[in-house]
Amino acid sequence: MQYVLLFHETAEERAKRHDPVAAEPYWGAWNAYMGAMAQAGVMVGGNGLQPPETATTLRIENGTRHVVDGPFADTKEAFGGYVVLEASDLDAALEWAARAPCASGGSVEIRPVMAGPTA
Amino acid sequence: MDAARRPSAALVAERAARASYGRLLALVSVRTRDIAAAEDALAEAFAAALAQWGDQGVPANPEGWLLTVARRAAGHQWARAETASRAADVLALLTEEREDFAASPFGDERLALLFVCAHPAIDPDAQAPLMLQTVLGLDASRIAAAFLVSGATMGQRLVRAKRKIRDAGIAFAVPDREDAPKRLDGVLSAIYAAYSTAWDDTLGADSRRAGLRGEALFLARLIAELMPDQPEALGLLSLICYCEARQPARRTADGSFVPLHAQDPQLWSRDMVLEAETALRRAATFAAPGRFQTEAAIQSLHAHQRMTGERFTAPLARLYDVLAGFAPTTGVMVARAVAHAENGAWDAALGQLRAMDGTAGYQPWWAALARVSWLAGDTEGAASAAATAAGLSADPAIRAFLLSGGYRFAAVGPEYNG
Repeated sequence: MQYVLLFHETAEERAKRHDPVAAEPYWGAWNAYMGAMAQAGVMVGGNGLQPPETATTLRIENGTRHVVDGPFADTKEAFGGYVVLEASDLDAALEWAARAPCASGGSVEIRPVMAGPTA
Repeated sequence: MDAARRPSAALVAERAARASYGRLLALVSVRTRDIAAAEDALAEAFAAALAQWGDQGVPANPEGWLLTVARRAAGHQWARAETASRAADVLALLTEEREDFAASPFGDERLALLFVCAHPAIDPDAQAPLMLQTVLGLDASRIAAAFLVSGATMGQRLVRAKRKIRDAGIAFAVPDREDAPKRLDGVLSAIYAAYSTAWDDTLGADSRRAGLRGEALFLARLIAELMPDQPEALGLLSLICYCEARQPARRTADGSFVPLHAQDPQLWSRDMVLEAETALRRAATFAAPGRFQTEAAIQSLHAHQRMTGERFTAPLARLYDVLAGFAPTTGVMVARAVAHAENGAWDAALGQLRAMDGTAGYQPWWAALARVSWLAGDTEGAASAAATAAGLSADPAIRAFLLSGGYRFAAVGPEYNG
């Protein structure tokens, strides 16, 4: 069965991406994590995302388009990337989620992927 | 009496719950074998205590009061569920049991409860959680978080185990002398599982995840106290105390991991080391070695190595061979390979690691491969294995340690040197 791991990061954590000292361990940790998933053959796909400042949100109300600068919701933790994971059950998915660098100092949301329309 | 100075009903009830929950639960469930019903009855008793003690004052013997009320509640539940003739049995049972809060051949029914929780008919994954819940009263969600499963999974696991105990009629009894050592092994393994699961937390800089170290230590002390003539129980207590002793030295102020060889022994807990050594020495007087005594002896050597600066790599490798004879688990076999590599036998160690199956997603195996490859002079292989080990680690500090090349200076692994 497939799960999506949604990675949420705090602004502080995200700032490490470009910090001269913190960038190397930050990317090292993510690379190692992605590498381990690829090596285990559990990763179906996934992407990291540009920071929330780059987001644009569109909403149509009564036929009027509202285009807003910024993410859908301004929260302490922002959505930073995702992975589609092949896992036997929720516990197996939890085990992978716990290994994500953002599991400490952020959070990982685990969502089962919906089965196809015939199911 | 000065009302303001009297401890509140809530406080006394809470204290009683902490100190006596397992004892009370064991006493209520020992005859009925129905743990779930006993838990409900105890919950009712605590609720009644909060309501009544506030008005009428705290009784002289709070635990005895709780026991009587819980038994009555359990009796009610049972009577409701059974026929009238069974209800008469319940009444007889209650009369018979009225007296004893501490009267049992073993002085403490918690021992029987521990053996029930670790009965071979119970799902191994449920044994440690069941002990934590029944003896210590931990709630399912906290146990679930520590074991890294969902609350629903853990709840289901616990319910199923309790149903099994009730329906299969598993006896609330301490096994006889002949069976005791083998059955005891189940109890000790479950306590160790609770401690090892907590291990991830204690390594982690993340304080939000609740660790169960203290709870596992409590259980280890309890079993050693209740079965003082079982050397393996003393061995487990010693092992856990050695690991606990080093807790204060395992982290720098900023949360970075400090491997054993770089720890400041001044920061180790003297009391814990003393408790560990005392337990191990007492275990040795029985001249019946076993898995946990061997693991404790290994930790003792690691500690002495650090304190004296001497290298005990040869005796450590030998002890790991002995341990592998007692418990050839994946964790032990990985640690043994590292011990051989530290003792200079790199090729043999690499061979041992490569011969193992099912280790592709096993973090300690990759961490061991990094260390052993480095010792064998394979710089590139070591770095690549360390990266995989880092990716498989749920601990930010261990991850950082591996990625920054820590494996060049020390091996790190739960079974190796904690």
